[in-house]
Amino acid sequence: MSTKTASTNNIAQARRTVQQLRMEASIERIKVSKASADLMSYCEEHARNDPLLMGIPTSENPFKDKKTCIIL
Amino acid sequence: MATDGLHENETLASLKSEAESLKGKLEEERAKLHDVELHQVAERVEALGQFVMKTRRTLKGHGNKVLCMDWCKDKRRIVSSSQDGKVIVWDSFTTNKEHAVTMPCTWVMACAYAPSGCAIACGGLDNKCSVYPLTFDKNENMAAKKKSVAMHTNYLSACSFTNSDMQILTASGDGTCALWDVESGQLLQSFHGHGADVLCLDLAPSETGNTFVSGGCDKKAMVWDMRSGQCVQAFETHESDINSVRYYPSGDAFASGSDDATCRLYDLRADREVAIYSKESIIFGASSVDFSLSGRLLFAGYNDYTINVWDVLKGSRVSILFGHENRVSTLRVSPDGTAFCSGSWDHTLRTKNYLFVSLQVWA
Repeated sequence: MSTKTASTNNIAQARRTVQQLRMEASIERIKVSKASADLMSYCEEHARNDPLLMGIPTSENPFKDKKTCIIL
Repeated sequence: MATDGLHENETLASLKSEAESLKGKLEEERAKLHDVELHQVAERVEALGQFVMKTRRTLKGHGNKVLCMDWCKDKRRIVSSSQDGKVIVWDSFTTNKEHAVTMPCTWVMACAYAPSGCAIACGGLDNKCSVYPLTFDKNENMAAKKKSVAMHTNYLSACSFTNSDMQILTASGDGTCALWDVESGQLLQSFHGHGADVLCLDLAPSETGNTFVSGGCDKKAMVWDMRSGQCVQAFETHESDINSVRYYPSGDAFASGSDDATCRLYDLRADREVAIYSKESIIFGASSVDFSLSGRLLFAGYNDYTINVWDVLKGSRVSILFGHENRVSTLRVSPDGTAFCSGSWDHTLRTKNYLFVSLQVWA
């Protein structure tokens, strides 16, 4: 009885795997050339606003080193 | 439905062979569109200059290995969790500890800040994800307000709030991911498909829709539909555990870091791996990855104590950062992209960004 349940489970599992693979195989894809071009244009569009890429003036850097105060 | 044992065996065998042929078909379909490499297309992009990054703040206070950290949306607060059960909320500008709680378990492998900034979530060897509201009442005991939300049957490896404080997504050593309602603790959706422990997850940027990616010890990265619980795409090119996954800012791709010492970029619309970030000299696993705001840079923390900065488009390493005295276990770029924070088994967290403003072009 237990071997029958096990093999029923195996079949259910195998069916699920086949269904999943069928679904994955049938999705729509684009060419790598197009995907790459899109990744590149996103980078280019947003490069200006990327502080770790472009750097920040020290005066605007929220993590700049704290200076000691001078009492005048 | 056949009850004859022999017939069942035949069905199983035919299903298995159908699965194999479908896998072959999947590879064929992906290969058809593999007309060029990303780094070839990126040849016309200007090379990046030299990067000099400096540790700006060192957060000391954990008595043991830092395992996880997350930024608050306010771009200055950080929550971190460690092996000894402590969860600390820091102000990264001043390095002050604002809140601290000790969990009833060790190895708090996951922690996350709520979008409102008013709560944190964490968990680990207790197999749960708990939410703690944050208050500034000095008399209040943070642990008293703890709410248990998620229950897994093995350790919690990762957690993230969705775009509100009301739902949490979790990943577990029990091989599943799950979506929970914070208020009621109800399981809203579960995600089955990984063949081993799930180690990491990341939610797609909100404009892209309701999906998330997970990575596991089965070497697979899987993309899920949050509403249906279905896996919509799966990628199996890593050669070992995937420790970290992170979406590219546009939502069209994601990066992964693995114990196989490589990081990889997978494009979701091309449905394939499009870049590998590796060097012969890098032999230790990558534990944690994150992109800079434009997606041009990929920061990756490694078990050899270093952080490598990769040019995502060209596939080359632009910088190697030292500073930790043990494995880098966690790394996140701040919400406004002005800095990134790395946490380590050396008990510290360090925030880093620019020392110099000027860039030099590589010769």
